[in-house]
Amino acid sequence: MLTRRSLLLASSAAAVLPGALAAPSARAQTPKDVLVFAKQIDDIISLDPHEAFEYTASEIAGNVYQKLVTTPNSNPSEIRGELAEKWAVSDGNKTFTFTLKDGPKFASGKPVTAEDVAFSLSRAVILNKSPAFIINQFGFTKDNVAERIRATDAKTLVLTTAEPTAPSFLLYCLSAAVGSVVEKAVVTANAKGDDLGNAWLKQNSAGSGSYMVRQWKASDNVMLDANPHAVEPPKMKRIIMRHVADPSAQLLGLQKGDFDIVRNLVADQIASVEKDRNFTAQYARKASLMYLSLNQKNPNLAKPEVRQAIKMAIDYAAIQKNIVPTTYAVHQAFLPDGLPGALTDKPFQKNVAEAKALLAKAGLADGFELSFDYFSGAPTSDIAQAVQANLAEIGIRLKMSPGEQRAVITKTRARTHDIAMVRWGSDYFDPNSNAEAFSINTENGDEARNKTLAWRASWLIPELSAKTLEAQKQTDAETRAQMYLDIQKEHQQTSPFVIMLQEIEVSVSRAAVKGFDMGPMNDRHSYTNITKA
Amino acid sequence: MRSDGELQAELLPPEAEPPAAPPPASGVARRARPSAAWLRLRGTLSTLASVPITLFGLAVVTFFIGRVVPIDPVLAIVGDRAPADVVERARLDLGLDQPLYVQFWRYLGQIFSGDLGRSVMTSNPVTQDIARFFPATFELATVAIIIAVLIGVPLGVWAATRQGKFVDQAVRLFCLAGHSLPVFVLGLLSLLLFYAKLGWVPGPGRQSIFFEGMVEERTGILTVDSLLAGDWGAFNDALYHLIQPAGVLAFFSLAYIARMTRAFMLAELRSEYVTTARAKGLSSARIVWRHAFGNIMVPLVTVLAMTYAGLLEGAVLTETIFSWPGLGQYLTVSLLNADMNAVLGATLAVGLIYVVLNLLADMLYRLLDPRVK
Repeated sequence: MLTRRSLLLASSAAAVLPGALAAPSARAQTPKDVLVFAKQIDDIISLDPHEAFEYTASEIAGNVYQKLVTTPNSNPSEIRGELAEKWAVSDGNKTFTFTLKDGPKFASGKPVTAEDVAFSLSRAVILNKSPAFIINQFGFTKDNVAERIRATDAKTLVLTTAEPTAPSFLLYCLSAAVGSVVEKAVVTANAKGDDLGNAWLKQNSAGSGSYMVRQWKASDNVMLDANPHAVEPPKMKRIIMRHVADPSAQLLGLQKGDFDIVRNLVADQIASVEKDRNFTAQYARKASLMYLSLNQKNPNLAKPEVRQAIKMAIDYAAIQKNIVPTTYAVHQAFLPDGLPGALTDKPFQKNVAEAKALLAKAGLADGFELSFDYFSGAPTSDIAQAVQANLAEIGIRLKMSPGEQRAVITKTRARTHDIAMVRWGSDYFDPNSNAEAFSINTENGDEARNKTLAWRASWLIPELSAKTLEAQKQTDAETRAQMYLDIQKEHQQTSPFVIMLQEIEVSVSRAAVKGFDMGPMNDRHSYTNITKA
Repeated sequence: MRSDGELQAELLPPEAEPPAAPPPASGVARRARPSAAWLRLRGTLSTLASVPITLFGLAVVTFFIGRVVPIDPVLAIVGDRAPADVVERARLDLGLDQPLYVQFWRYLGQIFSGDLGRSVMTSNPVTQDIARFFPATFELATVAIIIAVLIGVPLGVWAATRQGKFVDQAVRLFCLAGHSLPVFVLGLLSLLLFYAKLGWVPGPGRQSIFFEGMVEERTGILTVDSLLAGDWGAFNDALYHLIQPAGVLAFFSLAYIARMTRAFMLAELRSEYVTTARAKGLSSARIVWRHAFGNIMVPLVTVLAMTYAGLLEGAVLTETIFSWPGLGQYLTVSLLNADMNAVLGATLAVGLIYVVLNLLADMLYRLLDPRVK
C-alpha cells in the first residue's frame, strides 16, 4: 500500500545518496530576531488549549499559555508555580487553595486574575473536548463547576475535588496543556452562541505565555509573535513554524540556512549531521512507548510461560542499536523514563534457550502460529521484522499483517488481534496516565465501560487494578512514587505487554541557535530562551 | 487521488472519442434537417446530462469504499483515549448505527444542500478546506501544464519530422527520463541541485517567510493575489517559488505530451494528403504546422485536457517534497486518518474537475473540427 509515510521514507532514503554531496553552506538567511522551525504540523486541528490534544498544538499551547503550576525540564518531577505563588491543601485533601503571583500579564496587558483561572478551568470542563478528562477525573462536571472551581478574590482560587486527592496527582494534571489559562474578557467577547469562544480560539490566542498566535494556516505555517507583556520576555520576536512534510527537504533547508531548527529528521540523517560541527542535535526522552500487546483471548498467549518466553526471545539491544539508534531507547516498564515513579530496570535480554524451555514447559515445544499487526511505516515495519525473526528462533511463527496506524488501533480496540505492536504516549505528566491504561481492568466483557489497554489485551486484573487505584489516591508523593515502582515490577513480569522502547525526540539546529528547551511532554518544549548568534 | 507515477496510466487512449457517426443516409423520407446550432446545443446538453450520473457513481463508490476500510471513523473524531460514552455518542452522531443505505441517503441529502460535512482533521467545513487547498494546486498545475505544452508539443512535432534521426532519439531519451524517473527522486535531485547547490531557486513552500501574510488573500492563488494587491515583490517571490515544483511536474507531463504529439504527427505525415502537398511544392513548415498539426488538434486536446485534470487533482509526492499545501496532500492525510467527509468531498471535487475539463475538451472539438457536430 502506498502510504504517505512510506513515501517519505522512500524519498528520504533517496536523499541519503546525494546527501554526501551536499556541502552545507550554513549561512544565516533568516532574520536575526525570527526563528524558523521546519516541522510536520499537519496534526494541528485546533489551537484552543482546552480542545487541542495533538503534539504540535500542545507545544504551541505550552508557549502561548501559562498554567497554575508546571514542571521544569531540568527536574521534571518537581512541581513549580507558574501562575500560582503558592498553594495549600485542606479539608482532608479535598480543598486546594491557590494564591496567584503578582506580575503575569496577558498579551492584552491585563493582569491574570483568579477569575480568569476559574473561567479557564471551568471552560475546559464545560467544553468537554478530548483532553477534558484530565480535569474531569477530579469530579468536575458542567453542573458543579460553578461551586467547585471558584475565585474567592482577585488572587485566590479554590478547587474542591469530589474525593480526597493526592496533591501531586492534581497538580501534575493541572500542569497539562488543558490547564492553560485564557483571558476571560477576550474569550467571552469573541464567543459565538454557547461555544465559549471555541471557534475563535481555534486560530487565535488569549494567553499570558511568552508568545501569542499571529496566524495558523493548516498544513502550511504557524506564526507566533512575542507577548509584549510577558513576565519573561522571549529573545525571539517571532517564531515561524513551516510545515515541511519531507525530512530530506527539512535537512536541505537547514543546510541552506532557511530553517533554524528542524524537527523530523530520520535516524540516518541525524547520524550524518551529528558529525557536522555546523549543527547541533538535541535529544529529549518522550513519554511515549512502543510495546507489544499479547491478546489474552488467544489460549496460547494466555499461558504465563508463553508471555515470559516472548519477553525473553526479543533482542531489545540489537533492535535499538541497529534500527533506531538515535530515536528510541530500550525501556521495559510502563512508566517512561522521565516521569515520576518510572522504573528503569531492564530485566529482559535475548535468551533463546530459556525462552524455548519456557515454551516446552507450556506444552508448546513445537511452537505455534500467531498473527502480528503493526503500522507499516518506518521504523515500525523494520522493528516488526526483527521481532518476527526473534520469535521464529523459539518456534513462534508470526503472520505479518502491516496496516495503517489507525487500522491497527481499531483492531486492538475490537480485540481481534493476536499480537499487535502499538505506540502509546502519556496523556499528562502523572504516573496515573499510563498506570490507568496498562494496569487497570476490572470488567473484561465487550461492553466494559472503561476500555483500557489492559482491557484491549483481555487481561482481567482485579487485584492489580485495586493496587493501581490505591497508588493514585496516595497523598504522600514519596510513598506514591514507591507504590508505582512496585506495581511496575509486578507488571513487568506478569503482564501481556512486552514494553520494548521509549521514543526520543530529536531536534537539529544550526550551531548558532541555542536555548531550545525540550521536555518529556510536548507542552514542555519552551521557546522562551532561544537565541541566535 | 493517485500518486504522480500512476497519473498517466489512466489517461484516455490516444485516439479522441470518435466523432459522432454521421446520420445514415437512408431512404427514409427526409425530415426537416435540424440546424447546426441546434445540433451543437444538443451535443452539449447530452454531455451535460452525463455529469450528474458520473458524479453519482463516484459518490456511491467512494462512500462504500469509505465504509469498508478497516479504520473506525469514530477514532478519528474522538481519539484513542475517549471514554466509552463519548465514543458511543460520536457513533450515533455520525449515524453509524444506521444501515448503510440509510447513511448513504443521508449523505446524498447533505450533498444536495451543498454541505459536504466537516473535516475531522481540520475541523473546518470540507467545502471551506477545498476552497483553501485547491487554489494552491490550481496555481501549480496551471503553470506546469503551460510549461509542458510549450515544450512538449514542439518537441513532439520536431521528433516526428526527424523520425529515426538523432533528434528523435534524443527526444525519446529525454521523454523516457521524464516519464520513468519517480517524481520524488526528480524533485529531491532538483532541490539538491537548484536549491541547495546552485541557489537558483528558493526552497520548499509557496512563499518566503518575509512575505507570509503580507498579501491579502482574495483568490488563494498567490501570484494572482499579489498582482491584485500590486505587490511586485510578493509576485516575484511567489513565481520564484513556483518554478521548481512546476518544472518538475511539467517535465513529467511533457514527456507524455511529446510522445503523444509525435505519434499523432507521424500518422498524419504518412497520409496521402501530405504527399500531395509535398508534390504541390508547399513548404515543409506549412505542411507540418498548417496541415498535419491542424489535423491532430482534436486528439491532442484530449491528451492535454486529461493531463491537466491529472495535475489538478493534486500531485501528492510533488506537494509533499515541495511543502505545497494542495489538494493532493489534503486528500492523502485525510485518507490516512479515515476522515471520510474530507475524502468524499475532495474526491467529488476531483471528479467534478475531470467532468468539467472533459466538457471543455468536448466543446473545443466542435470548434476545432467542423465535422464534429
